[in-house]
Amino acid sequence: MKIDLFITCLADSYYPRTGIAVVKILEHLGHEVRFPREQTCCGQPMFNTGYKDDTRTIAKKMIDVFEDSDIVVTPSGSCAAMIHENYEVLFENDPVYLKKAKALAAKTHEFILFLTDVLKLNLTDLGVQWKGKATYHYSCHLRGIGVEGGGAKVVDVIKQVNGLEYVQIDKPEQCCGFGGTFAMKYPQISGTMVEDKVNCIKDTQADYVICNDAGCTMNISGSCQRAGHEVKFITLAEIIAEGLGLLEVENV
Amino acid sequence: MSSAPGSQTTASESVELTMDGHDILFPKLPYDMKQRVQGATNNAELQEFVNSATRMRDQMRINGCKDAFGDNYDKIRALAGDIKQHTLDNLDYYIEQFIDNATAAGTNVHYAADAEEANAICKEICQKHNAKLVVKSKSMVTEETNLVHELEAIGVETIETDLGEYILQLDHDAPSHLVTPMIHKNRASVGRAFARELGVEYTDDPGELTKIARRVLRDKYRQADIGMSGGNFMIADSGSVCICTNEGNGRLCTSVPPVHIAYIGIEKMIPSRKHLPVFLKLLSRSAIGSPITVYNHIMTGPKRNAEPDGPQEQHIILIDNGRTEVLKPETREMLRCIRCGACLNSCPVYRKVGGHSYGSVYPGPIGALLTPVFKGLANYKDLPYASSLCGACYEACPVKINIPKYLIQLRSDLIGGKHDKFTDRVFFKLWSFSLKKAWMYRLAGKMAGVFLRLRNKGVKNKNPYLNRGWVEKVPGPAAGWTEKRDLVTPPTKDFRSWWDEHQKSKGGK
Ligand code: SF4
Repeated sequence: MKIDLFITCLADSYYPRTGIAVVKILEHLGHEVRFPREQTCCGQPMFNTGYKDDTRTIAKKMIDVFEDSDIVVTPSGSCAAMIHENYEVLFENDPVYLKKAKALAAKTHEFILFLTDVLKLNLTDLGVQWKGKATYHYSCHLRGIGVEGGGAKVVDVIKQVNGLEYVQIDKPEQCCGFGGTFAMKYPQISGTMVEDKVNCIKDTQADYVICNDAGCTMNISGSCQRAGHEVKFITLAEIIAEGLGLLEVENV
Repeated sequence: MSSAPGSQTTASESVELTMDGHDILFPKLPYDMKQRVQGATNNAELQEFVNSATRMRDQMRINGCKDAFGDNYDKIRALAGDIKQHTLDNLDYYIEQFIDNATAAGTNVHYAADAEEANAICKEICQKHNAKLVVKSKSMVTEETNLVHELEAIGVETIETDLGEYILQLDHDAPSHLVTPMIHKNRASVGRAFARELGVEYTDDPGELTKIARRVLRDKYRQADIGMSGGNFMIADSGSVCICTNEGNGRLCTSVPPVHIAYIGIEKMIPSRKHLPVFLKLLSRSAIGSPITVYNHIMTGPKRNAEPDGPQEQHIILIDNGRTEVLKPETREMLRCIRCGACLNSCPVYRKVGGHSYGSVYPGPIGALLTPVFKGLANYKDLPYASSLCGACYEACPVKINIPKYLIQLRSDLIGGKHDKFTDRVFFKLWSFSLKKAWMYRLAGKMAGVFLRLRNKGVKNKNPYLNRGWVEKVPGPAAGWTEKRDLVTPPTKDFRSWWDEHQKSKGGK
């Protein structure tokens, strides 16, 4: 299968190892991965803040960049949801791009869901072997691509990893308080929300937090850092890549 | 907290006592949310019980709905949403049908364009009957029109009979939740209010307090000249009003006094009685997780000759108060709301800031939509932004109102109306511009990286794809971020660098 990677701006600059893991896994599975270099960002920060016109330009670019792709895979549920839910809203009055937006949404998949729902893979059968005590942070925008609050569906996938000791977090469905510009406009509310999340993480006594959305990772890990709580943040993609011997096990 | 002595006043309470209930819901406009947010997030008590009560109710909703509907939960929500949407799409037709049928059943139906008109009609009815005492059941729309204060102002004693609302009224406080209005209050403050206002001995035992309230209220029902209610649903094809309460006070208010007045927002319509079960099934499960509200009361007209009880005279005041404006296609969906409160319970922001932070009758996610559209976006600029857009409300809403989508729409309207800060506008313009070309985007990313790494406290990791560091304080638009958490710096190499190396190592381009 020819798969085009949408890395997302945050993973590109801040969490490149996630992208590396995705490429290695897909190539390991025998697929051809391409990286259209003109890609930038899905436009979610502008869209969520209300700058629709600015977003439209960026979304058009995204649509054009991936126009010829058969399948687009991205490591972020949030950016996938942006394409799935909001591109249509942007082009309500532009029939040409509306059609293209729908086509892009139809072929865009979040990486983990791509493994499970499209490739129908099971991590145990795949032989993923990884050691560590981990909990999972459900990122809210997975709601936009059909994974309901708490992310039981993803937890089931995590539990397929041999050797991984999974610990359930309390209030899994409660947002970490990131919300893009929300965190900057309302530091008081956002701060209280993320403190709540950090406390829930502390209670799990996990060594790792599996967090597949870079925005949430920035927020929660930043708050853990401030609170002096030592815990490692890792994506499931990195765990799978490490667990298949495609990436060295490293201090993330 | 149950052991808190009767004489002590908590910090939060002293603030609330100096602020009349009216000012809590009708603050000075334009409303600045930040101050109350600050107060709420620093209020340990509020954090504790609003957090736990909402979480508990949310869990009860999920359990109740999953038990009852299983995999069909989403389908029944869609059905309820469709019924509401259909009714709103044809509201003129159904209102006419309702008025005809209710009138034929002997009800006096009135239409009020705004709060003032509604209250004027109500006052006129009170004066006609020379009313001294009104008992009323819980109704959000009467809060909206500020009815109780207005009736009291013309000398009509007006008593809230819903236990929560009664307590708030006694304590000069205001509701902070659509369904559990006193979710922000603790037992001790209730006990103190009872002792102070009713002259009873202090107790904070909920059972005892309920008994006292019941004793006081029973007499009031008998003495009342007029009973008032809201209405959960209006049934167009029979001209009936359905009210759902858990304490039975709604039934007493609408059947004991000789005159009954119902205040109902025009959007509360459903086409026919056969549609009611869908909503009754969803309403109380969404609100508190219970299979059905305890008292579901369907009234069609006043008491008939052969009937032993019921009011001799019935009035329904259909209230617009901004609703026809919201009925425009772009915002119509917001009017599906059945006021179940599920979006409040599921909302992580509501859990932290409490209902009074929204500065209006309608708190929480749905309030953040309805308040700006009812009372002017420029008056409530903060509300649409006070959300992380997590979507928990949309997932919980029994009539599938896409709240996050409309919050973004309001943000966009604010920007269209140039209500955004100039610096924000420039910032987003530049950012958007830099995303037009991959090379500019990468350059901007690298510059930000350099800027951040200069402030970095030192990095341990040697891997250039993992050597991130932390910044404790940044100036500019991200300053809010570092108020509450550290900001990560990007590692020295980005994904694109790896991709190039990877291609080379494969012998590619
Ligand atoms: S918006 Fe939906 S969830 Fe919120 S109160 Fe209304 S019906 Fe209930």
